[in-house]
Amino acid sequence: MNAVDLLFYFFATLSVGGGLLMIISRHPVPAALFMIISLVSVAALFVLLEAFFLAILQVLVYAGAVMVLFLFIIMLMDVGPDGGKVSRIKLISGLAGCLSFGILVVLLLQFSGIGNAEPGNWQEIQNTEPVNGDSLLFSTSMKNFGYGLFTKYMLPIQVAGFLLLASMVGVIVLSKKSITSGGIK
Amino acid sequence: MAKTVVLQRKPLSLSERTYLPQIVTGLKTTFSNMFKEKVTLQYPEEKPIIPKNYRGVPTLVKDPNGREKCVSCQLCEFVCPPKAIRITPGSVPEGDEEREHVEKAPQEFEINMLRCIYCGYCQEVCPEEAIYLQDEYSSSGYTREEMINNKEKLYELGGTLPDSHYKWDQKKTAEDQGNGH
Amino acid sequence: MFDFDMLLMVGLKFLFALLMIGAVMTMAGYSVLAERKVSAWMQGRVGPNRTVLPMIGHIPFVGKFLQGLGMFQPLADGLKFLFKEEMIPGHVNKFYYNLAPIVALVPALTTMTVLPFGEFFAEDGRTIPLMLANLEVGILFVLAVSSLGVYGIVLAGWSSNSKYPFLGGIRSSAQMISYELAMGLSLLPIFLWVSEPGTGALGLSLVDIVNSQNDRAWLLLVQPLSALIFLIALFAETNRLPFDMPESETDLVGGFHTEYGGFKFGIFFVAEYAHIVVGSAIFTIIFLGGWHFLPWIADPWPATWVGTLLGIGWFLAKTIFLIFFFIWVRWTIPRFRYDQVMNLGWTKLLPLALINLIFYVLLVTWLDQPTT
Ligand code: SF4
Ligand code: SF4
Repeated sequence: MNAVDLLFYFFATLSVGGGLLMIISRHPVPAALFMIISLVSVAALFVLLEAFFLAILQVLVYAGAVMVLFLFIIMLMDVGPDGGKVSRIKLISGLAGCLSFGILVVLLLQFSGIGNAEPGNWQEIQNTEPVNGDSLLFSTSMKNFGYGLFTKYMLPIQVAGFLLLASMVGVIVLSKKSITSGGIK
Repeated sequence: MAKTVVLQRKPLSLSERTYLPQIVTGLKTTFSNMFKEKVTLQYPEEKPIIPKNYRGVPTLVKDPNGREKCVSCQLCEFVCPPKAIRITPGSVPEGDEEREHVEKAPQEFEINMLRCIYCGYCQEVCPEEAIYLQDEYSSSGYTREEMINNKEKLYELGGTLPDSHYKWDQKKTAEDQGNGH
Repeated sequence: MFDFDMLLMVGLKFLFALLMIGAVMTMAGYSVLAERKVSAWMQGRVGPNRTVLPMIGHIPFVGKFLQGLGMFQPLADGLKFLFKEEMIPGHVNKFYYNLAPIVALVPALTTMTVLPFGEFFAEDGRTIPLMLANLEVGILFVLAVSSLGVYGIVLAGWSSNSKYPFLGGIRSSAQMISYELAMGLSLLPIFLWVSEPGTGALGLSLVDIVNSQNDRAWLLLVQPLSALIFLIALFAETNRLPFDMPESETDLVGGFHTEYGGFKFGIFFVAEYAHIVVGSAIFTIIFLGGWHFLPWIADPWPATWVGTLLGIGWFLAKTIFLIFFFIWVRWTIPRFRYDQVMNLGWTKLLPLALINLIFYVLLVTWLDQPTT
């Protein structure tokens, strides 16, 4: 076992442990903090894979922006321990939990080669078309990401972007509605 | 009736709305201020100029002949709002040719500087012009006791001030000439 | 497993890291002094000029001069913070209360690992940038890590369990989110501009950005709007006046650090100034040509160690000027109201940054047309 392996186990434990603590901590603020720890250690794992760009994006977007937003909302609504109305949402959250766990299991089976699917598809990426004459081998460099995102994964990106846009519009519509029709006058 | 005129604010021009020219102007002002002469007084080395009518620590003064002026009438003790003054009255010793007729002088005179509020009432009320708030303003000590100025200290702080009346001398002359009171 | 070379390398890196931390911390300490001095000068005062070290103070002229400049003041301040009683108020959430200053300081010190501050001319004609880690995506690293700094403030505000720090924490997080977007968007045109096709330069590498400004125009002159937006966002991200919402003394007592005292407060203080130092360095690197001489003029110094030193000096001079600029602005402009800050961030800077981006996308596309 060399140093990199040690680091891997350290950060892997940290990320899984952080995730676990996030779920079981009662107060939402520590929960959010544990989530940050988990996200940052996943970024560290990316670094160990020498995917610096991905690692940095992970920190920048999730730890740096999304979680700040989370914390902001939690603090603004001042949710205490056991905050929120637990009883009514229990069923829905239980269902959602089961569903996402199921999807996770299926995905894991798919990609780990236990299922019938092809063992991963990263070999295809390796053979992407050369740009401007020079061949672009699969690597973790930024150019590669850009090239992949704007050629092979163009559609998924657009769809994801559209999804985000839809949610944004939805939020605006919802928040505007509560102001104009009753409630706050 | 004056007519109320509502002044319309001029809409801001584009450059004004960016605030940037204004900020630059402000920056220029502060920058030029950096090289102006400093107004700081390097205190313990440089002392401020104390104006004539300054109300510093209350002190007891002597007349130009070095004689005690206070007659321990205790008016100041009475008037002092925070009761900072405590006087033990005494008498002028017999046989003091010049001052015998004054009869009274303080035996002990204490001003507690932890109580004094520098109001100046004592100076105002004193019929003998014996107590003055002068230019001394920094008094400090390590204990509460140190902050009580006794008679000796008060005279030391007060020193001598010019006297335009020599009230008791006048009285004595008048008495000697037979028209006292 | 432990071969000697590896150990030596790690040791050297460790030493460099310590040196760098020392340098940045010293600069942070002296920016505190600069803050006090400059504010004093701007207000017609003289500022701290009493502290003196026994030996040095007695050197004729020099000692007096240093004393007058308050050169020993940071030492005294630091010692004072160190020896103050560490109080923990009874109503705080102890663990997070103690954690917050650390969380605030660590990102401020981590960003400098990717800061290039000069270049070294090797024997064989290559130039090696002087920095701890030459990251391909340096600028993104800086953005990512510095955005973590807000957690220190948020944690401090939350764990203090008292309303003013809490408000400070909330304000800080909102402000951070609002200005980070504009900051990131203002940098995108820079990447586009620097990574010209054919040069192989990568716009995200700080070294490439600096070198692209060698004997050419500074990016400040090429993209003034980007520079302006970046500067404003930098002020907001470092919580400096006119954006010091999290600690606005007049409405929030002390803001997020109201409940802090002693060394923990000192750490917050140093972290704030370390952010300023690093921010100034980054602005220098991106927009002011880093260690290169004036725009359009090639470096006048020789490509030897003399040049290296002069380059570092020049870089430091620019950075110090920017720190001065930070202080200068602080003592000139009043604080924004909170809604004005939000308004400026979302409805002014963000659209402006977008327009700027689109303009440069079009411009770069037009310039890059294959001339046939
Ligand atoms: S100045 Fe006022 S408070 Fe002080 S001793 Fe005189 S009367 Fe009392
Ligand atoms: S100082 Fe003046 S008022 Fe006070 S006891 Fe003496 S004579 Fe009377």
